[in-house]
Amino acid sequence: MADITRSPWLLHYDASSCNGCDIEVLACLTPVFDVERFGIVNTGDPMQADIFLITGAVNAQNAPVVKQIYDQMSDPKVVVAVGVCACTGGVFKEAYNVMGGADKVIPVDIYVPGCAARPQSIIDGVVAAVGLFKERYMQLKNKQPLSVGHLEGGEGS
Amino acid sequence: MKNEIIVIELADLLENVLVLKTKGWRLSQICAAFRDGHYELSYSFADDETLDYETLRINCPINSVVPSISEFYSAADFYENEMKELFGVEVKMMKRDYHRRLYRIKAEMPFLPEEERAKVVRQPDTAIPGAIPEAMKGVSEVPKEDTE
Amino acid sequence: MAKRSVVPFGPQHPVLPEPIHLDLVLEDETVIDVVPSIGFVHRGLESLVKTKDYNEFEYVAERVCGICSFGHGNGYAEAVEKIMGIEVPRRAKYLRTIWLEMNRIHSHLLWCGLMADAFGFENLFYQCWRIREKILDMAELTTGGRVIYSTNMVGGVRRDITPEMGRAILSTLDFIEKELVPIRRTFLSDYSVQERTRGVGVLTKEQAHDLGCCGPFARASGINCDMRLLGYDAYGELEVEPITATEGDNYARCKVRLDELFQSISLLRQALEKIPEGDISVPVKGNPDGDAFVRLEQPRGEAVYYVEGVGDKFINRFRVRTPTFANLAGLCETIKGAKYADVPLLIVTIDPCISCTER
Repeated sequence: MADITRSPWLLHYDASSCNGCDIEVLACLTPVFDVERFGIVNTGDPMQADIFLITGAVNAQNAPVVKQIYDQMSDPKVVVAVGVCACTGGVFKEAYNVMGGADKVIPVDIYVPGCAARPQSIIDGVVAAVGLFKERYMQLKNKQPLSVGHLEGGEGS
Repeated sequence: MKNEIIVIELADLLENVLVLKTKGWRLSQICAAFRDGHYELSYSFADDETLDYETLRINCPINSVVPSISEFYSAADFYENEMKELFGVEVKMMKRDYHRRLYRIKAEMPFLPEEERAKVVRQPDTAIPGAIPEAMKGVSEVPKEDTE
Repeated sequence: MAKRSVVPFGPQHPVLPEPIHLDLVLEDETVIDVVPSIGFVHRGLESLVKTKDYNEFEYVAERVCGICSFGHGNGYAEAVEKIMGIEVPRRAKYLRTIWLEMNRIHSHLLWCGLMADAFGFENLFYQCWRIREKILDMAELTTGGRVIYSTNMVGGVRRDITPEMGRAILSTLDFIEKELVPIRRTFLSDYSVQERTRGVGVLTKEQAHDLGCCGPFARASGINCDMRLLGYDAYGELEVEPITATEGDNYARCKVRLDELFQSISLLRQALEKIPEGDISVPVKGNPDGDAFVRLEQPRGEAVYYVEGVGDKFINRFRVRTPTFANLAGLCETIKGAKYADVPLLIVTIDPCISCTER
């Protein structure tokens, strides 16, 4: 199976959020909302992640971290900004240590509004991200054909 | 269940804190504020048995050197470093001096009004020996033969 | 001499959803020194008092932290009310108590889940969060928000709890209480869970007192400190008995928090039974002039709010000393001497709230 679009892995990073959105992102992964039914797995490793979920505004301290995580992710990748702080800076926009939304440092594809963002809208955003991911994967595939053989011929096969 | 603010002089700080320490009170918080051209430092202590709360208030001008109480209450250094970094309050003899790196932020003294920041004169290194945490000195100081 | 190395911990770490950053000085596998630093979530929220008037600032204060948000709003409102000499209606006080306790249940269940996740018991994590969703549903029913309620304001509350909502809460509490029994049993008597909790990260009573620890972290070490005894809001009319343990290890912290869940359920039942009829807010006129310290018990411990008004609509200084900031010194003490592999668990065990700490 080379179709990775059926199980995109998700990475969550809390930039400078108030935790409200973070616990809602986590709540999405738990039995009641269960985004795992879309084949999504939460991972802590940027190198294996396909969808980058970012919550909270960006400040000077965590901007390099956000950028580094984004750079470590392999193509194709999709960025989802969850919560109004990640979209624009939100209620903290005027604070001295806040640069603004996540799009100040990395390109954001999908914006999920709300303070805190509701699990339903987060799921909506993630499902849209999966669609976009599929599209990007197909684009990449058409440009540089992936040989299936080297995936299957790896360790443990 | 008292909750009062007692204004004291800067010179009497250590004596007052020592009295509370011997009475067995717990350090609750230390905070700084800036009002009408001077600092207001508040040292709050709590007694968990009687639920009393007492705040020692010091009014002092910019650039006065405040003695650290971390010798009495070792947790005080977090609050004192915070005061130093956010307000520019000069605290001497801290048990642990983070050298303005507890808060790793770009802005210097962000809580002080902008026009006042220039008035703050940085004191020469007031840290006591051993106050700078080892992790901040960098790994390069570890002797070479040990790293093999 | 053993090999010494400095290992950065965080900010992006699989165990914690939040970016905590520590520099750990290791000697072989043992941690000998910890240097915490703040700044990844620092927003400078306290400085926003200069741009928002004191009524608007209520909503910023709630966003100090999304987990214990109601308490922060309550603390700020209470401090302003204390300065302005406003007496809040009794019904509003009861409503605040109810939401505070709902907040505590959701926060403690969240912690239980993260704790289970930290020692790799994924099933228990999902079970805790499944139960937690029920209390969030009640929060949504009564306030409209799941995690950030925004029902507090200076002078009272914005929403009321109708008798139907009260009944819904009571039946949810029955459900939660029933479901919590096996959870508690697993945490406290499961063999493999005890292997990770018993005797790990011991903090003695003397240490906890000297380091100014508070909340369940201090209570697990035998310190009887619970700010609910102050009788703010409606706690003066309810029966509150602080829950303490003596061991001071991870196990004791689990025990204290799990028992507090049952205590919160009992407090909610008492409050819903005793809640009086009447207004839910009083009109507020004028500007705060003066300063006040207010303490209250957050899920994580004692939180101190300081508000200084100068007779202007903008207050001069707002300061919140959050429980995690106070427990930071205790955390560093417990990590010193621990094995490197235990560090994530020890961090989770104080129930850290980084966005509270860094503000």
